[in-house]
Amino acid sequence: MSTASVRPRLVHAARWRPLELAVWLAAVAAYFLLPQHALILNEIAIFALFAVSLDLILGYGGILSLGHAAFFGAGAYAAALFAIHAMDDPLAGLAVGALVAGLLGLATSPLVLRGTDLTRLMVTLGVSLILLELANRFDGITGGADGLQGVVMGPLLGRFEFDLAGRVAYAYSLAVLFVLFLAARRLVHSPFGYGLKAIRDNRLRAQAIGIDPNRWLMAVYTLGGAYAGAAGALLAQTTGFASLDVLEFHRSADVLLVLVIGGTGYLYGGIVGAVVFKLIQDALATATPQYWQFWMGIVLIAIVLAGRERTFGLAREALARLAARLRGGRLSTKDVA
Amino acid sequence: MLTLLFDGVAYGMLLFVLAVGLAVTLGLMNFANLAHGSFAMAGGYLTAVLTNQAGVPFLLCLPLAFLVPALLGALLEPTLYRPLYQRSHLDQVLFSIGLVFVSIAAVDYFFGSQQQFVRLPQALQGRFEVAGVGIGRYRLFIIVLCAVLTAALQWAVVRTRFGSRLRAAVDDRATAAALGIDVNRIFLFTFAFGSGLAGLGGALGAELLGLDPTFPLKFMLYFLIVVAVGGTTGVTGPLAAALILGIADVAGKYYVPELGAFIIYSVMIAVLMLRPHGLFAEAAR
Amino acid sequence: MKPVLQTEGLCKRFGGITATNDVALALAPGARHALIGPNGAGKTTLVNLLTGVLAPSAGRILLNGEDITRLAPQARVRRGLVRTFQINQLFADLTPLETLALAIAQREGRGARWWRALGADSAIDDEAAELAARFHLADVMQRKAAVLAYGKRKLLEIAIALAMRPRVLLLDEPVAALDPLARRDFLATLTAAVAADDLTVLLSSHLLADLKRVSDHLVLLTAGELALCADIDDVVAAHKVLTGPASTVDVNGLHRHHHVVHVDRTPRQVSVIARIGTGPLDGAWHVEDAGLEEIVLAYLGSSETRELVVAS
Repeated sequence: MSTASVRPRLVHAARWRPLELAVWLAAVAAYFLLPQHALILNEIAIFALFAVSLDLILGYGGILSLGHAAFFGAGAYAAALFAIHAMDDPLAGLAVGALVAGLLGLATSPLVLRGTDLTRLMVTLGVSLILLELANRFDGITGGADGLQGVVMGPLLGRFEFDLAGRVAYAYSLAVLFVLFLAARRLVHSPFGYGLKAIRDNRLRAQAIGIDPNRWLMAVYTLGGAYAGAAGALLAQTTGFASLDVLEFHRSADVLLVLVIGGTGYLYGGIVGAVVFKLIQDALATATPQYWQFWMGIVLIAIVLAGRERTFGLAREALARLAARLRGGRLSTKDVA
Repeated sequence: MLTLLFDGVAYGMLLFVLAVGLAVTLGLMNFANLAHGSFAMAGGYLTAVLTNQAGVPFLLCLPLAFLVPALLGALLEPTLYRPLYQRSHLDQVLFSIGLVFVSIAAVDYFFGSQQQFVRLPQALQGRFEVAGVGIGRYRLFIIVLCAVLTAALQWAVVRTRFGSRLRAAVDDRATAAALGIDVNRIFLFTFAFGSGLAGLGGALGAELLGLDPTFPLKFMLYFLIVVAVGGTTGVTGPLAAALILGIADVAGKYYVPELGAFIIYSVMIAVLMLRPHGLFAEAAR
Repeated sequence: MKPVLQTEGLCKRFGGITATNDVALALAPGARHALIGPNGAGKTTLVNLLTGVLAPSAGRILLNGEDITRLAPQARVRRGLVRTFQINQLFADLTPLETLALAIAQREGRGARWWRALGADSAIDDEAAELAARFHLADVMQRKAAVLAYGKRKLLEIAIALAMRPRVLLLDEPVAALDPLARRDFLATLTAAVAADDLTVLLSSHLLADLKRVSDHLVLLTAGELALCADIDDVVAAHKVLTGPASTVDVNGLHRHHHVVHVDRTPRQVSVIARIGTGPLDGAWHVEDAGLEEIVLAYLGSSETRELVVAS
């Protein structure tokens, strides 16, 4: 009976699963096959990035945030202002948006380290409301309630002009999503990523193996902020517009709902959830344009009451099995503890 | 200056009545009910409709503004809320946000999005002077009414048997149940009562705070601040927090109008940083 | 020989309760210490103070001469002070293999790496697997900790501690709640695992019987105070049982030169357990050697605490 040779190696968990490749291929295929839907595809890609950024904070960091829109909005405004006043190069603006939001994340991360879930809810909500107030007050800079119009972007990489149909926009957003997702994927499979899970599971134990929980949480909060800022920057750049809406509470609530639908803690939840959410939102908006918020509320209530695990019934179970394979092919079926 | 103080106290007392139900609910059921403001809104809109369209006198509306949301709370607690007590805070937050969305959209549909006004009786309008300090009649009314309510609440919690059962259930639900205390009934009653108080606060606050469909969202943070800063283990903590908040807000908006709401948010963040479990909480739970 | 871990005047007060009172602990390097005390004596509090989970109300803690009183728990771990928890503290969502690999990565200073996968370094992977095998976890090393059986969880708890290659290892009641057979097996595994010469061990328990098998030093804690902290042989040698007729012996006189621990009086006879000092001993006393149990029980004082320690 051999022993060591059949032992599964840890590194296998980080290998790409066929299903993952399928997701990305589908996203790329959509560019070619669904050119008429480029605008909504672009929205989905941006939303997915926003959701992934929250997954890092919530799913991996365990930080309950009700104000993630703060980073999204900070990135949007930073990129818009950069395009108007400095340079119209998209990638430079993207970097600026992510940087500004990341710094905001770093500055506010001490606030989410202490206290209970309730404290965190409030502090994060408070920060986003402060930002909203700031944007409202300094309407000379931010355009106030009217917003910043005319954010005209130069050609991407110096070559690709943004077209009205949104195809370049979608390609751009998808590419950014992919690159940032890759980085996040590496991170969650690394010792740092496992350490985050450890902190979330048992903070005392994490300390007992030498992890400094506060530092790590600050790092992931900053990173999540930067990613959200990048998503915001993409929105401002691809729609040519940035308004107070990017800092509104419903943005934070929407992205939470996305993660509820898609699931947290395996990164793809943001993508899956964003697709489903946008499709539902689109359907509802065409059916009841004025009161889709009502139906959104009903959907939220229904999902929670039915139980996030039972909501999509069989489909959900299949998704969970998918998620397990995406997360890392452990041979044991006793994944769901 | 004293007028400011007076106004601030009025504002604070109002916030207290609005938020105390949330404090007790959170302390008792450990449920983060962000939809608390919706019950307040219900009381406010009921009062507005009754005074404006049915000609019902304002003072008569107040008990109704308490009862109807209380009944609503009594209906929703066992059906919607109770199944969620054991769930994660994320689930609870999401649920209550959904409830907020539904309530906002429903109110917007039935009443439109404009601000609603309440017809105050003549006796409560205007101001009078006392030793050079301007006293608004309505604000005085609010202070007196809320003070009476507060005293009654404190007495009920500290002196009555229900109060001691309530405190026992807050302290340790399992042990209280083992002692034969009907925890479910306490939950139901407390939730209903808290929602009723919120409704009453909404009716009283329509004039002072402004009433429109976005009320629950606008004031969600204020309620949470009162609860987080004041703690959930009693009545006096939230009262003190609400008073501080009210005075700070009024003073801030007067002295530094450009910064307006910042003061409140910043004070909240500062307090939570220093005392994450609230200014008045005892040991960390 | 300088103590590897020592405390000076360590105190911990919770409101009106003094859980730890002026404790001056000194652990001899490379020795096996047994921290004995009845339930409620403050053993876990002491371990929490030493590891930084609790901040002391007063006093200092020194590790290899360095003052670590202000250091956070994770900083102490990095200096080689490692502990296990009485109630298993594991990562429910991680497998033993992942947990051990993470601990090893932390030890090697590679815990914060984010660009390479956890198992990419095959040396870490191999060491984690080998450690798991050594602790009988090979068959479950790919299962999430939340679904492991109780015995396996305890083994994992120890494995994690050893993965950190500690210099000082504090085991907080590792055999509590195990039946006698399981306890014996576990202690055997433990003894084998900590056989390294340069590892200092402190193992706490309220059961005296097992600890004689694994330790050579005794640290006795009662009601938050340190009654004894010495080599077991020295303790046994220093304490004697003195008996004599009630009418002739002078207990008060005994106090002058020796440390009287416990006095038992019947109308006819007086029996004393004392630590013999350098002064003279009244010839009226009949002197006998004292057993370790007798000595410990004498220090523990009241009859209830004795019951707790004897029951095994």
